[in-house]
Amino acid sequence: MNNIFSYDFMIKAFAAAILIAIAAPCIGLPIVLKRFSAIGDATSHSALGGIAFGLLIGINPIVGAVLFSIAAVLSIEALRKKFGKYSEIASVVVMSAGIGLTAVLSGFIKNGSSNINSFMFGSIVAISDFELILTLLLCALVAGVTFLLYKEIFAITFDEEAAALSGIPAKLINFILMLLTAITVSVASRIVGALMISSLLVIPTATAMLISKSYRSTLILSILFAELFTVSGLFISYYLNLRPGGTIVLIGTAVLVITALVHKRK
Amino acid sequence: MKNEIISVEGLTFEYPDTAVLKDVSFKLYKGDFLGIIGANGAGKSTLIKLILGLLPCEKGSITLFGSEFSKVRSRIGYVSQKANSFNTEFPATVREVVRANLFSSKGLFRPFGKEDDKRVDEALELVGMREYKNKLIGSLSGGQQQRVFIARALVSRPELLLMDEPTVGIDAASVNEIMAIIQKLNHGGMTIIMTNHDTPALLKVSNKLLIFCEHGYEEFVDRAELSLERISDILAGKRVHRHE
Repeated sequence: MNNIFSYDFMIKAFAAAILIAIAAPCIGLPIVLKRFSAIGDATSHSALGGIAFGLLIGINPIVGAVLFSIAAVLSIEALRKKFGKYSEIASVVVMSAGIGLTAVLSGFIKNGSSNINSFMFGSIVAISDFELILTLLLCALVAGVTFLLYKEIFAITFDEEAAALSGIPAKLINFILMLLTAITVSVASRIVGALMISSLLVIPTATAMLISKSYRSTLILSILFAELFTVSGLFISYYLNLRPGGTIVLIGTAVLVITALVHKRK
Repeated sequence: MKNEIISVEGLTFEYPDTAVLKDVSFKLYKGDFLGIIGANGAGKSTLIKLILGLLPCEKGSITLFGSEFSKVRSRIGYVSQKANSFNTEFPATVREVVRANLFSSKGLFRPFGKEDDKRVDEALELVGMREYKNKLIGSLSGGQQQRVFIARALVSRPELLLMDEPTVGIDAASVNEIMAIIQKLNHGGMTIIMTNHDTPALLKVSNKLLIFCEHGYEEFVDRAELSLERISDILAGKRVHRHE
């Protein structure tokens, strides 16, 4: 087997993986800490509907995914208010709608199942230059917002009421986080797959939380874990001829389980 | 001339089908300590939320430092009831939790600096928790956690401190420590409003009292009038209320 870096497509795959492993935990940390992990699944299933829509009308599927994901997070926010203490229902309703929409729309696409399939499970080794640039822009946007709004995101994640009282525009920051979640899920669906992106949002953060000593170290560790999962996942999938998206998620799950078993409770 | 901190005039608030506050009025000046007593649902927390703008003030007025809350928020500290029931698994250090309340002095996009860390140290020193600043908040005892939340409220150097049941769910020794800290702050000139079910503890530290009971509220302004027996009688409905 040739050297992994002798292929242009593998270099692009590594570049995309490294970038998405920076962006996903930046969004994943506040989502997990706000006990809102289900939004990843709900949004990614809606993104699939957008991908199907994009393929159907002939636009870039990621653009369709972004549009549908934004609609999904806005719908979740609206429904959450309606259900009050049972707000988790909102994510399930939107996820169900996303699945239904994907099933219906894919029936109208030529080679629909194979096209949709590549987005469901990811096709990182087949990403185009445009998609790599899109991933770079996403990473810059998410990392930039995380850096600039670091203290505001921490404050609303820890105690939203106290944050609002101190003058932080909590609703605006929440809205920005929701939008970034939608965009991250859409772009990452091409890389690790729409069905698995929520894992990349949640698993690195969950692993970091087991051993971290502060919010700051949780963020840094979750990015390092995400890099470990994606880069090692690409290596292993290349040499063992496995699907990269699934390999990345399985490595993450294994590391999480091992960390949980060996660490002493804080 | 007395330095007026808060003026509440004719404040009335109703939840759907339930009138909670009826025509409440009082004034507090620099250094006052107002204790608020009443049964669950009598309107104690509602009053705090109205002062903080967490509930809309539909009838009556609340003036803070001669202005409205949004313009003077950095001069007001708040320790909530739920500080006792926060997510203890949240991965944040004591320093990170306290520092979060410095937003009003920083504004958007500006990161924290060394001066902010100094203020955090000062606030933690006031509550005797400086040596714990790098500990995870969830690893502390209930009493220590509540002292951290008081430090969080103090870090913005407030002139008025509102506390909603700050000693709920805390062991007796910690309650005494916390009440001593609050009393010391008050003696230093800070104006304090506190709701508390522990009437004797509140009676010991406050110079003014609002008692919410079934048919209205009774306001005491003279410390000499405050006695446990009289308060118990009012809460039991045995005395005629001054305000109805």
